[in-house]
Amino acid sequence: MLRYLTGRLLRAVLTILLVITFAFFVLHLSGDPAMMILSADAPPESIKAFRAAWGLDRPLWVQYLAYVWNALHGDLGDSMRDGRPAIQLVLERVPATLAITVPAFLLKLVIGIPAGIYAALHRNSLADRLTMMVSVAGFTVPSFVLALVLVLVFSVQLGWLPSAGSDSAKSAILPIVTLGIAGAAILARFTRSAMLEVLGQPYIRAASAKGLQWREVVVQHALPNAAIPTTTIVGFMVGTLIAGAVVVESVFAWPGIGRLLVSSVSNRDLAVVQVILLLVAATMVTANIVVDVIYGWLDPRLRRSSHGR
Amino acid sequence: MTALLEVSNLARSYDVRRGRWPFAKPATLHAVDGVSFALPAGRTLGLVGESGCGKTTTAKLVLGLVPLTAGEVRIGGERLPPAHSPDWRALRRRMQMVYQDPLGALDRRLSVGRQVMEPLVIHGLGNASERREKALAMLDAVGLTQHHFDRFPHELSGGQRQRIVLARALILDPQLLVCDEPISALDVSIQAQVVNLLLALQQKLGLAYLFISHDLRMVRQVSHEVAVMYLGRIVEQGDPDRLFATPAHPYTQALVSAIPTHTRGRKRRIVLPGEPPNPVDRPAGCAFHPRCPHAVARCRLETPALRTLADGRRAACHLAEQIA
Amino acid sequence: MGGKGRVRRFFEAWPPLTLLALGWIALMVIVAFGADVLAPYSFTALDLRARLHPPVLMGGTWTHPLGSDELGRDVLSRLIMSIRLSLLIAFFGTMIAAAFGTAMGFVAAHFRGKVEGVILMLIDFQASMPFLIIALAVLAFFGNNLALFVMLMGLNSWERYARIARGLTLSANEQGYAAAVRQLGASNLRVYGLHVLPNIASTLIVSMTITFPETILLESGLSFLGLGVQPPLTSLGNMVGYGREYLTRAPWIMLSPAAVIVLSTLSISIVGDWLRDRLDPTLR
Repeated sequence: MLRYLTGRLLRAVLTILLVITFAFFVLHLSGDPAMMILSADAPPESIKAFRAAWGLDRPLWVQYLAYVWNALHGDLGDSMRDGRPAIQLVLERVPATLAITVPAFLLKLVIGIPAGIYAALHRNSLADRLTMMVSVAGFTVPSFVLALVLVLVFSVQLGWLPSAGSDSAKSAILPIVTLGIAGAAILARFTRSAMLEVLGQPYIRAASAKGLQWREVVVQHALPNAAIPTTTIVGFMVGTLIAGAVVVESVFAWPGIGRLLVSSVSNRDLAVVQVILLLVAATMVTANIVVDVIYGWLDPRLRRSSHGR
Repeated sequence: MTALLEVSNLARSYDVRRGRWPFAKPATLHAVDGVSFALPAGRTLGLVGESGCGKTTTAKLVLGLVPLTAGEVRIGGERLPPAHSPDWRALRRRMQMVYQDPLGALDRRLSVGRQVMEPLVIHGLGNASERREKALAMLDAVGLTQHHFDRFPHELSGGQRQRIVLARALILDPQLLVCDEPISALDVSIQAQVVNLLLALQQKLGLAYLFISHDLRMVRQVSHEVAVMYLGRIVEQGDPDRLFATPAHPYTQALVSAIPTHTRGRKRRIVLPGEPPNPVDRPAGCAFHPRCPHAVARCRLETPALRTLADGRRAACHLAEQIA
Repeated sequence: MGGKGRVRRFFEAWPPLTLLALGWIALMVIVAFGADVLAPYSFTALDLRARLHPPVLMGGTWTHPLGSDELGRDVLSRLIMSIRLSLLIAFFGTMIAAAFGTAMGFVAAHFRGKVEGVILMLIDFQASMPFLIIALAVLAFFGNNLALFVMLMGLNSWERYARIARGLTLSANEQGYAAAVRQLGASNLRVYGLHVLPNIASTLIVSMTITFPETILLESGLSFLGLGVQPPLTSLGNMVGYGREYLTRAPWIMLSPAAVIVLSTLSISIVGDWLRDRLDPTLR
């Protein structure tokens, strides 16, 4: 198990390094980093200072190392628009994003997993078919369409909820629901197929042949085994959550990182874009490690594989 | 007269890593470690052994599909050209391989007739109608009819598929056929048919076979000579009847005693302790000594060479004369 | 009696839902090809006296069947042009991803060793980051032009094709038909072109029915945010972006492109499921 985790940790570090390298690569490909990050009409002294700090006159591999060093410290320059260090700007917005993504994540889990399990246990029933039909919306309806439709119904027609802004707790409801629903649909589908696959296994029949009640069979045998593939997709959901937050925050004018990313891309405020890119990479990598740890704990084959040669 | 196929001191090792990086330690896996034999034209050499003993690797080395770490392969007196070079490809016409899994070896999207013709297309032999004729003739030779020409692999039975694989292998008129477990995937009743077909073809076409299997009875039936492999080395080699009746090497003795037999009052089965060892962890001296019921101190220290015994057989055991 | 059996068998082979989906896709393709002919107006034609006209079903007239937008431009015409552009982008993106991904998969399976290791690392990297973020970063650095944008769409989900191609090629190579044919003396071109590719084609096509809708969604998302297709060009996401401001007053501006997006992705998914069942029932 330890070996498995060490391998995973190494992979995570490698991924982050790869993202940093990718950013460096793209940055240098697209033009002179100093000009790009500081913008063309910055005073020459600050350009000079920037060059010194990033070693832009030195050989490429030295620049690369300097870049990696800076990246790991979160020091990737100041925001063009704002003047403050990009990292500060980004970190300020983290709480707002968390305020909608964490509840959305929980919503996905709470709706998606039980729905999927129920559908699998009552296969081909009306509930099952309905769940499957509705869940198709998860990957056919883009989040911005869903968001606008919800706004149309709940804000414009019914006037129950505000359509934008972040003044009250009420204004968080639509963003959270939008983010959560799409993911819940996909999770329901996936959970259902994982459960169906487990339920079709011979050991399930063996368990009920032993005389266990169906409920016990499900809880003691089916669910734990279906949990294993489901955890892997939960890691993937974090990624879609982040991508979803970008769009949802823009639609609802929610002052989080997603909205900051969109405006930074429009303004080509590269320092901010880089910081966000790295932050997202770090988040994804952490999420994957957590998933790997849970997976390693859940799957007994990995837990006890200490006798490998 | 030089034998059709001459193999001397074949060796193939792989560098492996034990454990995951960065805890890995390099080690060497000797898949084949000093194998030599000669196969005359028109004769069959049977190669037996358990999984992991190196039989399939030997087959691949003979055909040149895997590069040699050491040793030499000669076909008709000439050295084997490097793999996939134009000379090597030309040599395909003299030596072919038959596989264990006939369904996997065939492209499921093409009709079997097309696949039988394909070697002719690859080597640019004949025009379209000539190729078709030759393919039909081949189908006939392996006991199928022309109605099978347009069928697809999944529409045929296992035995029929293996015949197709044979037809495809034989259409270039090779002199040597390497058969790697050609019948293990087939039903027992079909196995006999395919074996009979192989024997008939050998008679008719003068083919030489390198017949690889773990099924001792089959090997005894088809081979003119048998070689037993253990952990990459040949431990006993000789006439099949004599080898199976009075095996000289302890490993062969154990294998032979495990053959199910209907006669009563047979010698009791020899059960070998332990498991077949990992080829990376070769025991010192005689590779078999940890499991050998007759092992003495010398076996741990000195690797026995494959030496000729009084009756013409060869065995790699210090005590061969005593225990035969 | 015979007639009823035939009808039922027809619908078993072609379920009604699949037929509808195929019909919609056919309609979209026709519209994409015949956009110039079908659009009643030029998509940039302004008509400031006919601003924000509602569509026919909401009280408007047939001059603008789907209504008009804030500059008096005909929504139907813009929709038609948007369908063409969005479909083209998604099509080329998917083709690029499939070609690139499959090639990488072949290379990885053929050469093994370090080359395979590098490619696997790239696949992992692509799979671990949400592509939207990567796309946004690239757009920030390079600015936006259509060619770059299509390339970017082409990089979306290449790793899925690579994984499939690599897996199937590995098994074909090891003990399978690829090894057998190569052993017969075939050149690599023959092995990959004539044998491996046709065999994995059906799996790849099914994957395309999954990634094509994803590409549409990606493009429309980016265009909606104003970072994708730029005016004066119009795409489905673009239109929804514009329509957002007039959500209260003129919801039809965003509703028709949104409906087209949803129906198109839905149809392709349905056809994809059906294809998967048809082509190889052993595929899950």
